[in-house]
Amino acid sequence: MTVMRIFELFLLVGLIICAVSVTLTKRMITAIVIYMSYSMIMSVIWVILQSPDLAITEAAVGAGVTSILFFVTLKKINAFDDDRGDSNEQDQG
Amino acid sequence: MSRIRDDYEKSPAGRFEAWYKGEYDPINAHLPVRPMSERELSGDDDRPHVDRLAIRDTTYNRDTNKALRVSRGAYRVLSVVLCLVLIGVLIWMVQYLPDFGDPANPVNNEVSARYIEKGVEETGAINYVSGMILDYRAFDTFGESCVLFIATVCVQILLRMTPDKTGKKPASDRLYEPKNDVIQQRVCVVLVPFLFIFGIYVILNGHLSPGGGFSGGAVLGAALILYLCSFGYDRTERFFTVKTFRVVSLAALLFYCLAKSYSFYTGANHLESHIPLGTPGHILSSGLILLLNICVGSVVTCTMYAFYTLFRKGDF
Repeated sequence: MTVMRIFELFLLVGLIICAVSVTLTKRMITAIVIYMSYSMIMSVIWVILQSPDLAITEAAVGAGVTSILFFVTLKKINAFDDDRGDSNEQDQG
Repeated sequence: MSRIRDDYEKSPAGRFEAWYKGEYDPINAHLPVRPMSERELSGDDDRPHVDRLAIRDTTYNRDTNKALRVSRGAYRVLSVVLCLVLIGVLIWMVQYLPDFGDPANPVNNEVSARYIEKGVEETGAINYVSGMILDYRAFDTFGESCVLFIATVCVQILLRMTPDKTGKKPASDRLYEPKNDVIQQRVCVVLVPFLFIFGIYVILNGHLSPGGGFSGGAVLGAALILYLCSFGYDRTERFFTVKTFRVVSLAALLFYCLAKSYSFYTGANHLESHIPLGTPGHILSSGLILLLNICVGSVVTCTMYAFYTLFRKGDF
């Protein structure tokens, strides 16, 4: 039981870290990947809360489809090229 | 005998008649008519010249405009204060939420007790959640399915690329599809059949095990998108085109509508089922829940896939 409790706390802390770092990150693609990991942690938490149907939905919609739609949108507005340029500048500087 | 009043032309009836005959315009009638002055006619305007750029610079420059400087500073301070107040209010309210998992919580009332005690008996579904959302509250779920369909239609209105006047389709990034990534294709070949089987299993077992139409439909839609990403539109269009989308979505929604409106003809008591429920636990049981799950699952699958293709190339 205590192991489960520690695991729960670990997941919740991870959730908070993901939620904060999504807002703090500059690169769009990193933000989406962090958001995907947020959804994965959330789906594990749903399993712990004994609602496996929500876990399936969260994994499929939150981590899968929504992130892909974000990726496609960023590709449409050519946000990835700008990201690469920014990171190069940061590397040089 | 009635006679025409002396001020008939100024009375409402007279003005209406004038308007009807085209002699009087109620909008233009009250505009003052003024002859143009000679200066306006000749065109030489001797008003002093105004340097608009200088006015703009002095107005919007923070170094010269003290009011602007003050308002900017106040704006920043106030926005931070507003954020802090909002966070404080929300955290303060969370304290008043009932404890998590407490049996004395207000949600644990006679409704959920009824679902748990009589749910299997009345709906025939082992999975209480399916029994709730597709039997007791089936109309809500019908509304949710319609919301998904309407969302697809709205995305289609916003993102659809129609051919221009010359009949040429606008350029889309579909031209560079698929990328033929070997790793992705091999993984997809292994993964997609299992995803399809899992999604169909979740839909068909919605009344027996956790899951149901929405979860299974989301899994199926994700599997379709993965297949599409790996192998391109030529392969998916062999079994999923815009026609498939239209037929499947409309048929599912119409069947759902008809299947739930039968209760209007049996006394409008939506809680009492007139369909044999079968043995709880068997795959062919629980009345309409299995069929409704299939409907919801197909609508959700079509919606997910349509979202992706509409975002991607603006068409199916």
